[in-house]
Amino acid sequence: MDNNFFDKPSSNQPSDGSRRSFMKQAGGIVGLAMAPPFVAQAERLTAFSKTVAGVSPMQLKVNGTVRTIQAEPRVTLLDALREHLHLTGTKKGCDHGQCGACTVHVNGRRIVSCLTLAIMNQGKEITTIEGLARGSELHPLQEAFIKHDAFQCGYCTSGQIMSGVACVQEGHATTDNQCREWMSGNICRCGAYPNILAAVREVAGQQAKG
Amino acid sequence: MNNFTYTPTNSAKEAIRLRRETPAATYVAGATTLLDMMKVNLVEYPQLIDINALPLTGIEQTTDGLRIGALERMSDVGEHRLVVAQYPAVSESLLLAASAQLRNMASIGGNLLQRTRCGYFRDAAFPCNKRVPGSGCPAQHGDNHGLAILGTSEACIAQTYPGDLSVALLAFDAVLTLENAKGKQRRVPITSFYVLPGQTPHQENILEPGELIVAVTIPAAEHARRSTYLKVRERTSYAYALASAAVGLDVQAGTIRSARVALGGVGTIPWRSPEAEKILTGAPATDETFRAAATAALRGAQPREHNGYKVQLAQNTLVRALQKVATT
Repeated sequence: MDNNFFDKPSSNQPSDGSRRSFMKQAGGIVGLAMAPPFVAQAERLTAFSKTVAGVSPMQLKVNGTVRTIQAEPRVTLLDALREHLHLTGTKKGCDHGQCGACTVHVNGRRIVSCLTLAIMNQGKEITTIEGLARGSELHPLQEAFIKHDAFQCGYCTSGQIMSGVACVQEGHATTDNQCREWMSGNICRCGAYPNILAAVREVAGQQAKG
Repeated sequence: MNNFTYTPTNSAKEAIRLRRETPAATYVAGATTLLDMMKVNLVEYPQLIDINALPLTGIEQTTDGLRIGALERMSDVGEHRLVVAQYPAVSESLLLAASAQLRNMASIGGNLLQRTRCGYFRDAAFPCNKRVPGSGCPAQHGDNHGLAILGTSEACIAQTYPGDLSVALLAFDAVLTLENAKGKQRRVPITSFYVLPGQTPHQENILEPGELIVAVTIPAAEHARRSTYLKVRERTSYAYALASAAVGLDVQAGTIRSARVALGGVGTIPWRSPEAEKILTGAPATDETFRAAATAALRGAQPREHNGYKVQLAQNTLVRALQKVATT
């Protein structure tokens, strides 16, 4: 499982990375643990919980940069990216995980950012469409989308590209049918599917050749 | 979506304690179903207890079978080499479900607790016995083309679990490990986890308040090794099943020594068919046998106005799934 609230599954660091706040909130538990009957119980020493209520600071590492926002726990990762960090490349389509327009990478895996909370994604590596190019050099799949005319209105495109990049990395774009199946979470209302498929398959082929 | 407090924890004891402190709170893992429903105010919780950091991961061989931690993700389990090798139907049920993105998010424990996709349940403008006990069931005489034909009642014809994984787990006698509010663990076969709607469709499973699913164990068996999951949908991918079949056969010299049959998309709960298994066991692995098993599996069907097609669809789905495993 890589969707940990913590940086590392074994770590007992709080989300904000501050050991001081951890000690503060865990004080009661640690104090208890010092009493002889509890010393051997490792579970008690590391048990951790911390309630967040109302507008609170959150740290999100997006495209390699850690940024702090002030938001309620109910703010989705998608809304945090768009409304708080003004990274509007990630699109809100259905807002219910059905269209794929909001696809981003978290710890290298593609997810839909509308069905996860920003607060659950602290301490993780978040990559959006804005983080794909290296300077002025487009990602090969971005180049391929232009070459194959893989969009019309463009609204699904950033999600398609983020999903496509992951699909190739996962090794799920080795045949047309496999690629169609593993890209089925991204809907294109303009119907640019043949061109999207051509773009993703071309990049998968390039990677296969090394 | 209502506002809520958010409490991450890394300990099952602590999670259960928090839940006992605030009984109206809920656990959150992958969040995919939960946020989907919270966004339309279908459910409201004052507190979300994030259990993602609990040590409930790992896929390991045990003497009871393959043990899968409840916080493993659908994608990781679906492509795990031991699952693919020992339980192809389980792997297929996972990889034919949802989308690649959602499979990277959704946990195994959460998957088992999906809620129905019945349109009347999901639209608060309508009465629904599942949502508001005693309010009525417009699906009985309404748009019921996607709804269940087996295990129905006058109070509810919705698929309590609309997904795929539980259908495959049901076929292969998986056992759930649960941990209750007192920190005590119990093992419950998935065959008795989901509850038929009867007059109380709001009671969907046997989980006690605050009880956590910590693991799923699937016993090893020859019929599980030789198994498949066939899913029929309105489109080729990324849709719920109209009908599906998880089947496993142990065939020796043309004779079926043991068989497992479970159906999805047609029951109010994932539907095991002992009737079909009885016909298959000891019989020759022929189309005639498969057809007889399919007829037996759907004998109790009670279709409504718009879902009568599901009887034949489910039969044909089952026959084709059996043909596939018999010839592999």
